[in-house]
Amino acid sequence: MAVSARRLRILVAKPGLDGHDRGAKIIARALRDAGFEVIYTGLHQTPAMIAEAAVQEDVDAVGLSVLSGAHGTLFPAVLDELRSRGGGNVVVFGGGIVPDEDRPALLAAGVAAIFTPGTSTREIVDWVRANVRPRAA
Amino acid sequence: MTKREWIERVYRRAEERPVRFSTVSDMEVDPLYTADDLGPDAAARIGLPGDFPYTRGVYPSMYRGRLWTMRQFAGFGTAEDTNARFRFLLAQGQTGLSTAFDMPTLMGYDADHPRAQGEVGREGVAVSSLVDMRALFHGIRLDQVTTSMTVNCTASILLAMYLAVAEEQGVPWTAVGGTIQNDMLKEFIAQKEWICPPEPSLRIVVDMIAFCTEHVPRWHPVSISGYHIREAGSTAVQELAFTLADGIAYVEAAVARGLDVDRFGPRLSFFWNLHNDFLEEVAKLRAARRMWAHVMRDRFGATNPRAMQLRTHAQTAGASLTAQQPLNNVVRVAVQALAGVLGGVQSLHTNSLDETLALPSEQAVMVALRTQQILAEESGVANVVDPLGGSWAIEALTDRLEREANAYIARIDGLGGMVRAIELGYPQKEIAEAAYVYQQQLDRGEKVVVGVNRYQVPEERPPELLRVPLEVEARQADRVRRLKRERDGTAACAALGRVRAAAASGENLMPPLVQAVKALCTVGEIADAFRDVFGVYRDPAWL
Repeated sequence: MAVSARRLRILVAKPGLDGHDRGAKIIARALRDAGFEVIYTGLHQTPAMIAEAAVQEDVDAVGLSVLSGAHGTLFPAVLDELRSRGGGNVVVFGGGIVPDEDRPALLAAGVAAIFTPGTSTREIVDWVRANVRPRAA
Repeated sequence: MTKREWIERVYRRAEERPVRFSTVSDMEVDPLYTADDLGPDAAARIGLPGDFPYTRGVYPSMYRGRLWTMRQFAGFGTAEDTNARFRFLLAQGQTGLSTAFDMPTLMGYDADHPRAQGEVGREGVAVSSLVDMRALFHGIRLDQVTTSMTVNCTASILLAMYLAVAEEQGVPWTAVGGTIQNDMLKEFIAQKEWICPPEPSLRIVVDMIAFCTEHVPRWHPVSISGYHIREAGSTAVQELAFTLADGIAYVEAAVARGLDVDRFGPRLSFFWNLHNDFLEEVAKLRAARRMWAHVMRDRFGATNPRAMQLRTHAQTAGASLTAQQPLNNVVRVAVQALAGVLGGVQSLHTNSLDETLALPSEQAVMVALRTQQILAEESGVANVVDPLGGSWAIEALTDRLEREANAYIARIDGLGGMVRAIELGYPQKEIAEAAYVYQQQLDRGEKVVVGVNRYQVPEERPPELLRVPLEVEARQADRVRRLKRERDGTAACAALGRVRAAAASGENLMPPLVQAVKALCTVGEIADAFRDVFGVYRDPAWL
């Protein structure tokens, strides 16, 4: 019991060039209000910058937000960069304008869940509680 | 019986549903408005169409004189793909063009830059050089259409390209009409596309205002935009206040440069969001016109009536559309567009029903355009000038939005103006707070979005989405690499040097930019020159 008492640490990140940060900021605040430790990267991050921050900050999960349609390139790139830094066990989830047909490829690439417009913050908080565990130190 | 007496004696005993009666911006509204709400000076405050303070419209005959311009924002893939969409829209009776650029173009990266990976042609059309701009307007005479270009931190470069294309077509700059968004202040507040910090960004905007006033007199060099502020989650009052405060900052900067407010003032245009709350949106547009007329006359001493008239484009609210039951979006867009028309806009974009899923398909964009045509040709609302003027509810809401927005503007003045307010993160934090409050209201079911948190059904999403193939990126990157290899490198290098020198010396950037794009310097190369001279702005990442 004592082992899992540590609060979950989550990095909320905006890869790519689009500036639509409304969703990312709302999710970051909702996760923080739900009791998690949240780090927000700010906009215009490269996949390498996000993976580096995730490893440096020793987070348990990374939430990615892309609204430019570049998710097919950027989500897998973040996963690759994480693996190359020994962060392969960080849970990565994402959201944005993601058509249903793109889901299978992203899930196959290792994205744990995709949240699309209309999702409530509660659903995302509940999903994090159920699916993210503190990584072993 | 006064309104108060009516509420106390009659309304209190009537049935009322147990909900908070508030706008989508969470502004509580009265059950009824009467003449009591308007006060004795109402007639003068409201005025008449075409007359100060323009509450009822900037033109005397409004849509009886000329319908609003139907201007659908379009752009995806390569310049050739978007050129085909432009011609389709013109063939369907659209009356103006509006260009969406992809993220690399908007942020100042060429298609072959590592940062452009995955983004080329995806959210708009990829334009890296004059070659692409030429292809984008192939077969479209630039004196026969007006074009709106939605671009901000690279606006000066894209305008230089547009003018170069006009010149190649033999169209004099004095015959070129259109609008470039070029509203950098709202980028820091809401849309978040930037290269340099606020001060040099503002300087480039003023360069463009000065240049266009002299050389491209039919061009609107800045479109002061509330649209993105609202999409980022602001309330209607915040949209109104922050947008007009941005306008005040541009006028201050242009006046400080020695420009004449009566000469450049008429070329400033605006761009508002049209959200779901019908009465609030109509009131917002009317309040905006009245407030701007007073700002220009009373704050800046304008005497030219055209400098006091707020002319505006508007777009239905992208953020209001739902991925669930997307056909419902057609109805939302129609109601929002009606608010725009009854609010007296000069130009309108109606969103397509599939925009929460992908860029619009041809069929979806056709329904969106037809929505405007039905309003214009069938509904009858264009026959009467400002038909809602004098409605007690509309006038009272107009007054209230004006009052509350003026309070915000006073606060921003108190902070030292909008540039300082942005540096402090004031508007950014106000918007983020409003967005979070709204989301919590949705999550609790206090605000209803049909199909999302009420009246849900299990559903299949529509299959017919526009897909931009990944090969577009490789093709576009090849094209720009080849251009850099094959152009006259010495001439390009020298032209870029002149841009750098003008950036450093404070000389107007536009003439050297026109020379640079003609020498085939790319968007990325010129943006790099800005980065070197002006520095790079980074997201403060406030939560």
